[in-house]
Amino acid sequence: MIPTQLQRSGSGSTQSPRSPSSQEPFLSVSVIDPAKMGNGVQAYISYKVITKTNLPDYQGPEKIVIRRYSDFVWLRDRLFEKYKGIFIPPLPEKSTVEKFRFTAEFIEMRRQALDIFVNRIASHHILQQSEDLRIFLQADEQTMERARSQEIGIFKKKPADLMQIFKDVQSKVSDVVLGKEKPVEESTPEYEKLKRYIFELEDHLAEAQKHAYRLVKRHRELGQSLSEFGKAVKLLGTCEDNALGKVFSEVGDKAEIVSVKMQREAHHLLMNFEESLKDYVRAVQSIKATIAERANAFKQQCELAETIKFKEIDLNKLRLTRSEKLADAEREYDVLKADGEEATRRFEAIVQLMNEEIVRFQEQKTLDMGLAFHEFAKGQAHLANGIAEAWRSLLPKLEACASS
Amino acid sequence: MMGYESHQGLEQAHLYASKEEMESLVLNDDAAAAVPPHPLSSSPPLAQIPTNHDSDTDPLRSSPSPLLHPQSQTQNPDPHSFILEPPSYADAVFRSFDASSEINGHDLSTSSPSPSSSSYSSSDFLKISVSDPQKEQDLATSLVPGGTSYFTYLIITRTNIPEFNGTEFSVRRRFRDVVTLSDRLSEAYRGFIIPIRPDKSVVESQVMQTQDFVEQRRAALEKYLRRLAKHPAIRRSEELRLFLESQGKLPLMKPTDVASRMLDGAVKLPKQLFGGEVVAGVVDVNEVAQPAKGGKDLLRLFKELKQSVTNDWGATKPALVEEDKEFMERKDKLQELEQQLSNVSQQAEELVKAQQDIGETVGQLGLALVKLTKFETEEAVYDSQRVRAADMKNVATAAVKASRLYRELNSQTVKHLDKLHEYLGVMLAVNNAFSDRSNALLTVQTLVSELSSLNSRIEKLEVASSKIFGGDRARIRKIEELRETVRATEDAKTCAIAEYKRIKENNRNELDRLDRERREDFLSMLKGFIVNQAGYAEKMASVWETVAEETSGYVKRTS
Repeated sequence: MIPTQLQRSGSGSTQSPRSPSSQEPFLSVSVIDPAKMGNGVQAYISYKVITKTNLPDYQGPEKIVIRRYSDFVWLRDRLFEKYKGIFIPPLPEKSTVEKFRFTAEFIEMRRQALDIFVNRIASHHILQQSEDLRIFLQADEQTMERARSQEIGIFKKKPADLMQIFKDVQSKVSDVVLGKEKPVEESTPEYEKLKRYIFELEDHLAEAQKHAYRLVKRHRELGQSLSEFGKAVKLLGTCEDNALGKVFSEVGDKAEIVSVKMQREAHHLLMNFEESLKDYVRAVQSIKATIAERANAFKQQCELAETIKFKEIDLNKLRLTRSEKLADAEREYDVLKADGEEATRRFEAIVQLMNEEIVRFQEQKTLDMGLAFHEFAKGQAHLANGIAEAWRSLLPKLEACASS
Repeated sequence: MMGYESHQGLEQAHLYASKEEMESLVLNDDAAAAVPPHPLSSSPPLAQIPTNHDSDTDPLRSSPSPLLHPQSQTQNPDPHSFILEPPSYADAVFRSFDASSEINGHDLSTSSPSPSSSSYSSSDFLKISVSDPQKEQDLATSLVPGGTSYFTYLIITRTNIPEFNGTEFSVRRRFRDVVTLSDRLSEAYRGFIIPIRPDKSVVESQVMQTQDFVEQRRAALEKYLRRLAKHPAIRRSEELRLFLESQGKLPLMKPTDVASRMLDGAVKLPKQLFGGEVVAGVVDVNEVAQPAKGGKDLLRLFKELKQSVTNDWGATKPALVEEDKEFMERKDKLQELEQQLSNVSQQAEELVKAQQDIGETVGQLGLALVKLTKFETEEAVYDSQRVRAADMKNVATAAVKASRLYRELNSQTVKHLDKLHEYLGVMLAVNNAFSDRSNALLTVQTLVSELSSLNSRIEKLEVASSKIFGGDRARIRKIEELRETVRATEDAKTCAIAEYKRIKENNRNELDRLDRERREDFLSMLKGFIVNQAGYAEKMASVWETVAEETSGYVKRTS
């Protein structure tokens, strides 16, 4: 099933897949057909990823590849590495409870989320140009597997981290020695506000999502108890005479019908509303990761700036003493200067991107949630109308029995 | 429903006929000193009660109407509106959807007793309310430190039934009085389906806070008295009238008290049965005709037990057997009904819980969204956030409204489905009525077997005596005594058989009444349940449709 999200998350650069012959460049993707592969502990779900495009780098007009969850993770990690400052679309979580890994509901929820994920990437004006995306959408399965196994570990542990820790200790020591407290974090008021906003937003959203999930459960429970009630009512009807007994039986049947409606709405609520809230939470978490990257970049810039300052002091000392080490020191200084500029560039790029991304994010979320609210309200209204109609249809029979 | 009224008259005539019977029997034995006070009252006998109630000239016939439907007359404000929140949720305030305007029992002030449902075809009314619990000292122990105390309840009655001395009056009664009333009614109305009185629940009273316990008891007493007032025969009873009307101490005595008073002195009931001294007139033969109970009848209890065992083992064929096939069928059906009722009642409880849970959860979701809305509004930097906050607010408001609707729906559901629980209580009462019947039968069987053993003793004595020339003075005297006992026992047997027949008839009529009332009650229960489910669903649909409409713009983006 091709979800509506496909079209929804499309921005100006994609068009309906029904018009492949148009001149406008388009890239549309869908993730469908989950299939269980393998057995036992090794078992996993594979998905068909269909790409329809007229972009020159891609094998058009249509290409189908088979991908699994870890392939999507690879793509996300690569994008996160390369496009710092951009809010990378979130992935559905790894399933923690073994029992549910292969339930139909879980598989469908995951497929929907993966589809949204890829489409968001495909419709982001920067991300859609990524080489990694092309590989993901086009490469054959062996190539994909090779790429995937190479990259495991890079995202998790950077060798640079160790250097970073070393530098941290260094700078802290020198701070103490020099008697200075250097702030290692950005502290502009706007940025502080943004950070606070993001962190608080996550809490609020998580709470709303929790209740939304509970609401799904409550629908199921009410449906279940209505069904049991209906059965009991029918049995009671067998103890009564003809007319009254029949009425009981009809009431019992209706209760069962209403029960089915409740189960349906529970599923609809889960897939459309609760998942949207969950997606929102994940998006905010992704932003937090980007914030961490920004903080990292800022710290690097600061530390380099400091190192450069010390180097300058050293240089001046060397100049005064006309040491032979001066030439080497000057060369090192130039390298440092270049690194410093690079770090600053990187940091500023992140800031720039983030500013754009925030605007885009807020707008997108308003659209996403607007639709989610609409689906929620529509589903509830549909359910309520169905229930009212079902019960009302019984009233004439009741009246007939009462008057007889 | 004229048929019902005439039937009611028939029941009453029946009841009075049997009372008159008893009355006359007492008078017959009235040869000796003390005329036993009539077991039913300490005041002048029942002759005052007319045998027919003239319902046509009742001037208050039309008055039940406004009392019956006070709520549907006054369209607004809804009596429950004060429970719901003010104006911003005004559209969430609803009248009860019930066509029959049964008012929520104790939500309203207890001084205006609500009408009971279904049996309002008759023109007379008997409205009872129980209120104002007050603690009083037990006079017997009040001087002793740590003396006991008890609660009394104010019982206000409004009625137009002529037997009562007045149309509006009140008395104070304690729970013990209610127990007495209940016991006396069980005695007087054997074979009837009599409402079960509230529990003594000694354990609970120790566990609960006094205030809660007293309130629970007050509500239970009110329910009980109203059920009594609904019963077509009991509402006419002396016992109930005295309970509701007599100021001061309750002029009803506990049944065992009556028996002990009557059996004071020389005559013991068992002695009479065994051919002891017959002191006529002191014992009400009808007491004998009743099943044995209490310490005084210990010996007879043993006899009846022996008889019932004999019956079961089939050693002696009982003189009278439960041969009424129709009755047995009905009994079986009712047993099945009881089982299914219990099952439905349980499922109904689960349903109510699920309704409560979903209402709570949607409310919590609403509140979480309210917090989110507030947050986004306060922190808004971009317009898109403000738009989102506005959308969220609509959803949040709708969710909170829905939560209130679920709560209302649930309280109505409880009200309707409570009928199931009520009927479980009725089934208990039905079993009591059946017990009355089988006890009466057992009494007859016991007396019959007594007679047979007495007669065989007489025979043996006669045979032995005839062998002695000139007669055996001792034996002859013994035979005379035995013959006296036989005569008394014969009378008792006649009474017992009449009693058994009476109870059978009561059973039959009451079962008919039960079937009728149950049908009506269940239909009204189902209707109420369904109307509520549909009505509240419609309200909820309207709430959500508004939000769907307000957010419909977001759908246009998809092609």
